[in-house]
Amino acid sequence: MDFEPSEDQRLLVESVTRMLGDTYGFAQRKSYMGQAEGYAPAIWSQFAELGLLGLPFAEEYGGFGGGAQEVMLVMQAFGRALVLEPFLSTVVLAGTAVNRAGSAQQKQAILPAIAEGRLKMAFAHGERQARYDLNDVVTTAKRDGSGWVLDGSKTVVSHGEAADKLIVSARTGGDRHDEDGITLFLVDAQAPGVARRGYLSRDDTRAADIALSNVSVPDADVLGEVGHGLPIVRRVVEAGIAATAGETVGAMEAMNEMTLEYSKTRVQFGQPIGSYQVVQHRLADMFMTQEQGRSMAMLATMSVDNPDDAARTHDIALAKVGIGQAGRYVSQSAVQMHGGIGMTEEYAVGHYFRRCMVIERLFGDPAYYLAKLAAEVR
Amino acid sequence: MDLRFTPEELAFREEVRAFIRDNLPADTRERMKLGHPPRKEDTVRWQRILNAKGWAALSWPKEWGGPGWTAIQRMIFLEENLMAPAPELLSFNITMLGPVLLQFGTDEQKQRFLPRAANLDDWWCQGFSEPGAGSDLASLKTAAKLDGDHYVVNGSKIWTSTAHNADWCFLLVRTDPNARKRQEGISFLLVDMKTPGITVRPIISIDASHHLNEVFFDDVRVPVSMRVHAENKGWDVAKFLLGNERTGIARLGKSQERVRAAVDMAREVNFNGAPLIQDQTFRQRVAQLQVDMKALEITQYRVVSAYDKAKGAGKPDPLSSVLKVKGTELLQATTELAVDVAGPMATPIWAQELAAMNEPDEMLEASSAGTASYLMLRAASIYGGTNEIQKNILTKAVLGL
Repeated sequence: MDFEPSEDQRLLVESVTRMLGDTYGFAQRKSYMGQAEGYAPAIWSQFAELGLLGLPFAEEYGGFGGGAQEVMLVMQAFGRALVLEPFLSTVVLAGTAVNRAGSAQQKQAILPAIAEGRLKMAFAHGERQARYDLNDVVTTAKRDGSGWVLDGSKTVVSHGEAADKLIVSARTGGDRHDEDGITLFLVDAQAPGVARRGYLSRDDTRAADIALSNVSVPDADVLGEVGHGLPIVRRVVEAGIAATAGETVGAMEAMNEMTLEYSKTRVQFGQPIGSYQVVQHRLADMFMTQEQGRSMAMLATMSVDNPDDAARTHDIALAKVGIGQAGRYVSQSAVQMHGGIGMTEEYAVGHYFRRCMVIERLFGDPAYYLAKLAAEVR
Repeated sequence: MDLRFTPEELAFREEVRAFIRDNLPADTRERMKLGHPPRKEDTVRWQRILNAKGWAALSWPKEWGGPGWTAIQRMIFLEENLMAPAPELLSFNITMLGPVLLQFGTDEQKQRFLPRAANLDDWWCQGFSEPGAGSDLASLKTAAKLDGDHYVVNGSKIWTSTAHNADWCFLLVRTDPNARKRQEGISFLLVDMKTPGITVRPIISIDASHHLNEVFFDDVRVPVSMRVHAENKGWDVAKFLLGNERTGIARLGKSQERVRAAVDMAREVNFNGAPLIQDQTFRQRVAQLQVDMKALEITQYRVVSAYDKAKGAGKPDPLSSVLKVKGTELLQATTELAVDVAGPMATPIWAQELAAMNEPDEMLEASSAGTASYLMLRAASIYGGTNEIQKNILTKAVLGL
């Protein structure tokens, strides 16, 4: 066991942190939010130049050759800066799907394009009726000559509006809840029959509902095996859980630093509020929670490539519950310790609060995974 | 970064598990499986077995009988030992006195005391707290006045765990009542419990057991050669002792073992017309504990792995306070679970009366022992620096407030 980042990993974090320090102050971020895409395309290009967009891809696909650890470290830095760009949806979610299920040809067509910043993607899996159940898919794909025709709708697709290409899950067989019969498709976002309705999410990023009617997809754009998409979806979601766990750690660090700083400068009853033990102990609790959360992010990261399905699923569930609860506690406490100013849109702490709230619900919330763990007790 | 155990570490865990399985005396194992604390003879016998194997003086250097393990290996051993469940090594001897003597002791003190401490030939106890000095340890008043080549000790200590079993006591005393700062007038003495003038009075705790004592010192003569480190420098020794590798403090293996026992019992007891283990609320509670135990397990390995990397040097990791707080919260939560599972059977006290009246009734015995453990472990967030004090430490050390 070794928890220290390697020299290369340290350098990676340094360069990302430096770049974000120069470009991602809270005021700068506000201007990125105002851009049409809901983020800054110029920053996206800088991510590409730094090699971040190919971070987990093999070098033969123009990637950096990194893995879950590098993703965790970068996501941590992104969490501190509240990065708006579609890194999670493109590099982590779509990247994982293509990496795991794509043919050599598909990888060659997609991964280098992502790495160079030319291709943004979104993972269009969730449906309204499914809530958090990954197997609950009613969007259909029917055989049509040598290709497929997709019909249905996907909801709260993160960065669905900005994406050039979507990964869409659809039923090619079986009934609504069946594990088998789900197939993944690569769908051009501009394809006829794809209608995207974008909206602002609580975390300042944009998401979209996507309606698919009579969307033709050639056989060559099936990702993985027909009818066996669910295991891929699960791996994608697990990668997303690990990445957002890292992001939550970064957000918690930022909130704890802000709160500590505030407690030193905010004077009430003639003294900085940080001199009061009731405030100090809350800060200590927030710190402890952050560290327990960091341990859970590490657990998710070390589990994500574990080939043992049962062990991996179990550990990811543990981590998802732990990190979600940690993020909730720290963000609620951070607002409370700030008092009135913490309630305002102009102040950063509320934005961290809302990002943590959104992350908690991405890929299933703590209650959902706790129920899964409870079912395993024996 | 490699967040997995190495194959060597995994093999080591197997080796430890097999040794404990093959060598832990059956009567000790049975008592402990039912949730009873080890008796004095259980602890002594097991520590001697471990010492013969070279596994008792965990963090000590090899020349003093240590196994030469890394901190991660020590952690693995401690977990396996608790989960067995087997008696813990006597921490007064192994994690307190030993490191203190290795750091500050004279050659004579090391030669005389270390081998006997490792083999539990001497049972040590800790004379720190006083009626007026609990969390505020530096306000201690027990006085030691120099008289020729002896100190004469007068005063009293309280909450002295296992003083009634002890052969020796390491003691904090005030040698300079006029020191500029309270911390500067304290010395660290080694006291033979058979010295005339020492009286041990039992304090029965809320679990109806005798772990705690008051110890009175009435003109107790202690040779100057039994002082560790310089006169009036005892506070440095105490700080070293309290800060020294506290990684075992979370006692995570104990929490894991208690949850295991509670789940096993939940199969046997009824709740709303079905076995308790089928109840969703119960299962979620277990699942939540598993989440919290896993987070603590990893935090624990982060601390010990950092310790290995730093080659044991440097200041105590402030994360140890996290281990103390979270570890003791879990000990309390897991024993609370056991009591709730036992239900109405949690209330009878398993003592001579019940033991004599009934046919062997393991369910009742385990329930009662579980309650004793729940009651006794209310102390876990009080001893070793209360959890509130740990938060003060974090406030200072990490937050800089």
